[in-house]
Amino acid sequence: MAKKVNEINAGSMADIAFLLLIFFLVATTMNVDTGISRKLPPMPDPNVDPPKVKERNIFVVLVNKNDQLLVRGKPGDINTLREEAKRFLSNPTNDISLPEKNLTQIEGLGEVWISKGVISLQNDRGTSYDMYIQVQNELTAAVRELRDELSINKFGVKFSDLEEEDLIKAIQKAIPVAISEAEPKDVGGN
Amino acid sequence: MSRFKKNDKKGLPEISTSSLPDIIFMLLFFFMVTTVMRQTTLFVQVKLPSATEIQKLERKELVGYVYVGAPVNTMYGTESRIQLNDVFADVDDVAEFVEIEKNAIKEADRPYYTTSLKIDVETKMGIVTDIKQELRKCGAYKMSYATRKNID
Repeated sequence: MAKKVNEINAGSMADIAFLLLIFFLVATTMNVDTGISRKLPPMPDPNVDPPKVKERNIFVVLVNKNDQLLVRGKPGDINTLREEAKRFLSNPTNDISLPEKNLTQIEGLGEVWISKGVISLQNDRGTSYDMYIQVQNELTAAVRELRDELSINKFGVKFSDLEEEDLIKAIQKAIPVAISEAEPKDVGGN
Repeated sequence: MSRFKKNDKKGLPEISTSSLPDIIFMLLFFFMVTTVMRQTTLFVQVKLPSATEIQKLERKELVGYVYVGAPVNTMYGTESRIQLNDVFADVDDVAEFVEIEKNAIKEADRPYYTTSLKIDVETKMGIVTDIKQELRKCGAYKMSYATRKNID
C-alpha cells in the first residue's frame, strides 16, 4: 500500500511567477527597429573622374538651411515632390527634358523600359534632420509607388505583397532606387 | 467502500487557484520572448522623426547603433553630440566603433552589417553628413535612418 505523499504546496508558485513577470514587464521595450534603409556609395576614387550624367537624367533636389526646397532649379514643395519624382522616373510621355529610357529584357517581366534617371539629393549643413527625412521619405515613396504600379500591372499584386524572390528581384531591377546623396559640398552661409 | 467517501463538509468550496501559476507563467513566457533588454543608457535625447516608407530592421544582432542628439544633462551643453555604446564620442570614433562591432559578428554575416542612425529631429544635417562620410570611409555602406511610423 502506497503511502500518501503530501502534495507540495504550489501556492507560492504564483508569487514567484508574478515576481518574474513584473521584472520582464519593466524590462521590456516593445520597440521594433524601423527606419528608411539606404545604401551609401563607396568613396569616390580621386584618380577617376566622376561619370558624366546628362542634365536630363538628373533630378536635383536641394534643401537649404531654411528647409526650403529647390527642385530642378525651381522652388519646390514637399507635398508635390513625390508626384514630380514619379513623373521624372517614369517619364510616361517620353518628354525630352525627362530622362532617357533603355529597353531591357528582364527575366520574369519581359521587355521593360528602365529609366536612366537619377535623383540627386543635396543638403546644407544647416538643414534640419527632420526635413531631410521627410524629403527622403517622399523620394522613397515615389520609388515604392512606381514599383507597386508595375507589380500590379504585371502580377496583379502590390510589390510589398510579392512573395517569390525572383519576382521581387525582377521588379527591383526594373525600378532601382536611384537616389544619390551627393558628395558633401562646402557651401557658405551656414 | 468507505475509501471513496469524501468528507462531506458543509459550506462553499474554495475556488481553486492551482491554475493561477499557469496563467502567470503564460504571461511570463510571452514577455520573456518579446523582451529586448536595453543595452545602452542614453545620454542624448533622441526623438525620432516619423516617416511612412519604413522598413523593419531584421536580425538585430547585425545592427550597430549610433545615437545623435542634444545631451540630456545640460552640463554637457546643448549642441548635438554623438553617443556610441555608453560614451560620448566624436565623429572620428565612428570608424573604430564600426570596426569593433563588425568584428564581433560572424565573418559570413559581415556584409550584412547595418548601421542604424538614431538621430534626434532637432539635429542639423552637418553632423549627420560627417557620420555618413565616416561610414563610407570604413566601408559600412548599409545604413538605416531610424524613424517612427507615421500615423496619419
